[in-house]
Amino acid sequence: MGLENEYGISSAKSTDPIILSNRIVLAYANHIYPETKIRWDYDLENPLRDARGFDLSRAEADISLLTNEEVTIPNLVLTNGARFYVDHAHPEYAAPEVLTPSEIVQWDLAGERIMQIACALDAQQYPDDKIRVFKNNVDNKGASYGTHENYMTARSIDFNKLINVLTPHFITRQLYCGAGRIGLGQQSERSGYQISQRADYIEAHVGLETTMKRPIINTRDEPHADPAKHRRLHVIIGDANMSDFANLLKVGTTSLILSMIEDDFINSAEVELSDPVQIVKDISQDLDMKNIYETKSGKKLSALNIQSWYLEKARKYCNLKEVDEQTKEILNNWEYALEGLKNNPEILVDKIDWLAKYSIIEKYRNRDSFDLNHPTIRSLDFKYSEITTNDGISQVLRRNGLLTELISEEAIKKAITEPPETTRAWFRGKVLSNFSQSVSAVSWDSVIFDLDKSQPLVRISTLDPLRGTRELVGQFIDKSTSAAELVSLIRATPGIN
Amino acid sequence: MFNRINKPNNDKANDKSDLGVTYTKSSTKGIDSVLDEIDAVLEKNAEEFVKGFIQKGGQ
Repeated sequence: MGLENEYGISSAKSTDPIILSNRIVLAYANHIYPETKIRWDYDLENPLRDARGFDLSRAEADISLLTNEEVTIPNLVLTNGARFYVDHAHPEYAAPEVLTPSEIVQWDLAGERIMQIACALDAQQYPDDKIRVFKNNVDNKGASYGTHENYMTARSIDFNKLINVLTPHFITRQLYCGAGRIGLGQQSERSGYQISQRADYIEAHVGLETTMKRPIINTRDEPHADPAKHRRLHVIIGDANMSDFANLLKVGTTSLILSMIEDDFINSAEVELSDPVQIVKDISQDLDMKNIYETKSGKKLSALNIQSWYLEKARKYCNLKEVDEQTKEILNNWEYALEGLKNNPEILVDKIDWLAKYSIIEKYRNRDSFDLNHPTIRSLDFKYSEITTNDGISQVLRRNGLLTELISEEAIKKAITEPPETTRAWFRGKVLSNFSQSVSAVSWDSVIFDLDKSQPLVRISTLDPLRGTRELVGQFIDKSTSAAELVSLIRATPGIN
Repeated sequence: MFNRINKPNNDKANDKSDLGVTYTKSSTKGIDSVLDEIDAVLEKNAEEFVKGFIQKGGQ
């Protein structure tokens, strides 16, 4: 699995965000690869492939969907296996592939640090136009930008089953992973606070688009793996989280549900709703969490009831299977969150972003008698997720123990430069840290070497996300003194990449 | 308690009296203890900052 974040960006002189995004990615590029230019390999990308089995023609596609048009935008692959680049008008950090939810949180936090380092480097060059970066999803004036989760799933699963089982989860999980937002409606036409950043920008149930008519279930079918065996479920409905607890639960609960689908353990007929696109907005604005929705089967359930239904299924499922400690911890956190939301949300202000942000807003409203439209209150919304330096509000909370930290400082620092060991990201990252001078281009599923200027380029496929791990290729990386040596070792040993 | 913020609010005094009971002592104290630190990082010109935060759409 993996997590991508498009960050909000601004500067002292209100420079165009595309220019700013280019600036900070370039600043980081010059820092880590001062002498190399590594190209992103777009050949295998197909953002117009639809999971339902057809391609959108390029003529029909909106220009903003064409992510594989090669233009002169900075596009970096990092030694931790991540991609750091400019996507539309935002700097984006796409974390390396990992196997567990806690690794998602670890490498996502590393992404925040990378943005901070890049901002600081850029500020040396542009001291009068310092860049600020925000890990959020809305500008409250109509624009939204994404936090996308990716899950490798078996190709054999019926896509309709994914749609049916995941939809009620995706519209209700915001109760613990919503990031909170001031403003109702896409352009904040109405005053108010809501649970999710993204809910008002969800306009379709199922669809291919990601930049408009955004769907609850995105059908982009670009597996970055063997398409006969796998699909990559690309989830665009989520919010960017500052809270480790919320981030962990967001991917942990979703992974558990996907496992239940793969094992054919779950049938969601009891909790399916007839108008999910409207209900996701409704839930987002129901801060009391008391609204009741009638399911297609005639049951009357609240959003919390629906989440409890999934939790109960997951508990049963995990009781039947051998599960690891982390899965047990996720089940316990999930239960803690739902119990807390039901009985005493205040105990969750150090764990759930929308509650943490809400409690700060309330403090200021009451201390200074400000209403929700006061500029100071509205600035809190953005300031909560600012990560430029260490003066964002969530960072203040973190360092005072008021936002639970799940990953040690040591682990975060390590993840800035080191790849995860248990996926192909290991190979990608280690090649870049040891032999970047000999790398011509990289993508999720390949590394292209330029070993000898008089010879053709050499492409090493990394199509299987579960190969290229430290276990499989670590010894070859360790003993190779050149990229050429590594390539010949890899080629002589089938099944490791 | 949470719906309060989304309702037209004409009675600020009443609004305030709600808060003491809605938050547990520890969390109230927790956030109170960092308000000074948050004050220090807040925007000097909040209005300009909020107006100026304009993004282009993304994915």
